[in-house]
Amino acid sequence: MFGIDVRQKAWSAGLIVLFFVAWELFCLMTGMSDLVLPRPSQVFLTLFQRFPVLWPHIVQTLATTMFGFVLGVALGAIIGVSKTAYDTCYPLLIGFSSIPKVAVVPIFVLWFGSGTVPAVLTALSICFFPIVVNIATGLATTEPELEDVLKALGASKLDILWNVGLPRTMPFFFASLKVAISYAFVGAVLSETVASNRGIGNVMMTASSNFNVPLVFAGLFVLAGLGVALYVVFSLIEGRVTGWATRKNDVIAT
Amino acid sequence: MRMQPNAQFDGQPVPEGATATAIELSEASVTFGRGDRAVPALSKTTLKIADGEFVALVGPSGCGKSTILRLVSGLVQPTSGVVIVGGREVAARAMRVGMAFQNPTMLPWMTIERNIMLPLKIVEPFRSNFRKLRKTEFRDKANALLEQVGLNGFGNRYPWQLSGGMLQRANLCRALIHEPRMLLLDEPFGALDQFTREELWAILQNLWMTHKPTVLLVTHDLREAGFLASRICVMSARPGRILDDSRVGFARPRTVAMTFEPEFVALNQKLRTFIEDARSAAEQEAG
Repeated sequence: MFGIDVRQKAWSAGLIVLFFVAWELFCLMTGMSDLVLPRPSQVFLTLFQRFPVLWPHIVQTLATTMFGFVLGVALGAIIGVSKTAYDTCYPLLIGFSSIPKVAVVPIFVLWFGSGTVPAVLTALSICFFPIVVNIATGLATTEPELEDVLKALGASKLDILWNVGLPRTMPFFFASLKVAISYAFVGAVLSETVASNRGIGNVMMTASSNFNVPLVFAGLFVLAGLGVALYVVFSLIEGRVTGWATRKNDVIAT
Repeated sequence: MRMQPNAQFDGQPVPEGATATAIELSEASVTFGRGDRAVPALSKTTLKIADGEFVALVGPSGCGKSTILRLVSGLVQPTSGVVIVGGREVAARAMRVGMAFQNPTMLPWMTIERNIMLPLKIVEPFRSNFRKLRKTEFRDKANALLEQVGLNGFGNRYPWQLSGGMLQRANLCRALIHEPRMLLLDEPFGALDQFTREELWAILQNLWMTHKPTVLLVTHDLREAGFLASRICVMSARPGRILDDSRVGFARPRTVAMTFEPEFVALNQKLRTFIEDARSAAEQEAG
């Protein structure tokens, strides 16, 4: 089992390396202009050289994303936990989540001016829907037998929610968090691209209007890196909290 | 003789009215659904169980045996009639009852020990002290019960690491940890193999003889009913009602060998005839 795990990881790492090598070779062999598609080595070099300039923008994007994400999780959890709230809000939520968020950003900008607030709101509005749906699904699919054990003891609804409903829902919740964190990034960057003077989205817009294509790609790499990093963080927390649901690995056994 | 509340039951049949009534159903009916879709599950059942009795409910499947348990535990309300448990009419919130189902329903995110301590987290007077005592007194309590059912040292395992029989033993511990006056068992050994089942009969008998709760056991297994119960009620097919109510006088502790003696086999056969008649009556009605 250990050997298979290591081999699997080696294949994954190999694929990433292969991807960049193939990209580099493709650019070299076709003599591609770096105005169209820069080589990965150029992108990494730009990223390294411009990092001090990029850093505040990274912080800005990360902060707005996390802020929007935390608000989204809170709102999603509140609606998802209450069956009444969920059933009442559901049609409205579907309608709202069907609106492309690009269309909403100008309205946020109109209300709150350009900058941080629209980015936070866009991140929030785009990421909370999967959280609501997953928490509600987790609670709805809780086995009635598990609840009966507590009901027969005279437990209150809150007792049941706290001791059975919520722990049972954790695997669903974490699955949705991993989706939601990338959504939150999309939302924040989207808003920064349209109306902001800070953040990675803004850096990429400025760079592309200056034909500084390697910097545009450096921005993409930063976003991908941040996305992966946060995904990993949530996976680690998930492993600790919901190891019982994926019991094949012995993470929490004894 | 005057009624004495909380009189202890010595495990032998006692004259009617000698002890306090633990459970009383009078003309209780339960119907699920309404209008055309209404399904009668239990029709006008009257049943009286004394404090400390061990009663087994047997009958054809789907006859409403489990419905009686759910009535007593307060999980289901009677459509008509009255259910009185421990001197009070069963309201929306149930009282100090221990319950075990066929499915052990251990919460998969908790260790066995914490699963067993779950009732202490919910039921007063333990609830108020749970934070203070969960690492000391309550844990010892859980481990003492685990020892009694032969699960020494399994307290810090997770449910998936235990076999079905072990989980069912843990389930019995959880049903007993808050010292309930009443134990409701819904086919607790139904999913186990013959040998494990017989082993658990002895364990349950042992637990009953030390803790002396009132037990209501629903089962399909007539040998199980005869081995464990001090009284057996036979129910008719859906909608259920009680056809026969007989006492079992075999001395305790009973052994598996006893279940092959002629007297025991005769009891089995008598019960069997009742259930077969109930089944064929139901089939005729349906046909």
